[in-house]
Amino acid sequence: MIAKLLRRDLALFLPFAGRGAASSGAALPVVFFVAVAMLYPFAVGPDAPLLARTGGGVIWIAALLASILPLDRLVARDIELGIFDQLALRGITEETMMAIRLAAHWISFGPALMLASLPAAALLQLEGESVRLVILGLLAGTPGLAAIGLIIASLTASLRAGAALSGLLLIPLALPILIFGAGALARADAASLGFVAAISLGLVAIAPFAAGAAIRAVR
Amino acid sequence: MQGSAPEQIYARDLACRRGDRLLFRRLSLAVGSGEAYHITGANGAGKTTLLRTIAGLADPYAGEAGFAGTAALIDDRLGLEADWPLARALAFWFALDRPSDEGAILERLRLADLADVPVRFLSTGQKKRACLARLIGQDAQVWLLDEPLSGLDSATQALVGALVAEHLASGGAALIASHQALDIHGLKTLAIEDYAPPGEAVPAAGPEAAA
Repeated sequence: MIAKLLRRDLALFLPFAGRGAASSGAALPVVFFVAVAMLYPFAVGPDAPLLARTGGGVIWIAALLASILPLDRLVARDIELGIFDQLALRGITEETMMAIRLAAHWISFGPALMLASLPAAALLQLEGESVRLVILGLLAGTPGLAAIGLIIASLTASLRAGAALSGLLLIPLALPILIFGAGALARADAASLGFVAAISLGLVAIAPFAAGAAIRAVR
Repeated sequence: MQGSAPEQIYARDLACRRGDRLLFRRLSLAVGSGEAYHITGANGAGKTTLLRTIAGLADPYAGEAGFAGTAALIDDRLGLEADWPLARALAFWFALDRPSDEGAILERLRLADLADVPVRFLSTGQKKRACLARLIGQDAQVWLLDEPLSGLDSATQALVGALVAEHLASGGAALIASHQALDIHGLKTLAIEDYAPPGEAVPAAGPEAAA
């Protein structure tokens, strides 16, 4: 049952996994992420030491903003179509649905961002150790971003301006992840990535229950 | 949700409201195996709310309601992925529900030719037929049908009647909220307006309103 739900969610959210309009927007976060990394050198000029010093922070900001893009389709569509109601009638709890949705959401953008941070790091003249810290940081931080995104998408699912609002709401909540994740680069110290992982872990543990309660309250 | 009583669908002293408005109160209902009720009432009288409360998708204001075993619901929401071809959208539910003969279900509802059409391009009646296919595939003991006939031509309306009759004959139970007359043998009628509160008053005193 869980495998079937996960397969459906992945077909909806994973870029290029399914055909049709539903999945064509799924590659957008990654494209957006690389586009920001590409634009930044144009904006500040080809000053390699400056790019190398600030590039890691730009990658983190790009990752944070990219994680906002899928939020409008993450939960609201399934409520509108009555999919969650039909699943609930089959005895599947909202918490299970949301835990599966969280996994699918992260799989659809987390690993892709980590891969895309390689070309992004090249564009921003990052050195070997910084690249390692960026990728490790994204590995620790993107599950947390996905969890915050899922909670916010569930809370704003019934609002008309929910999509715009969710972007605004995610930014302050994601600040701790950004501070410790990008901070690891500034000090070239992997220890603060432990904080990022801890924050992510806490968020991932809370998200299915918070999001499940939110979609129960909506209907 | 399992009731200790033998009835398949039950409501005891049920009161429901939408927003601040009390829709109905003191509604008691027991539907046994092979029985079906036609729920009538004007728009906004609370038919959909009653079905959703029994399905466990809405909380009652007072009293209790529920079903025994498994329940299937058809309402104005598709319950099918709109961007997927019909066959794929239905296959997701068939994979969960495991009906014995999927081909026969599609054939019966004349959906076999529409398998490759994305659900959002289907007409109103075709979408309804797709929902009926999902309903049959679930093989639930309790059917909760909210306006199952809206948008259907007369032949398909007759088909719905036949499907419900078969469901009842095999020991199922059904609640059907509809504005249209239903031609189903032994169908009982529940007029939800018989349970409407006097006036349009907002309940001031809380759950006692239903006691």
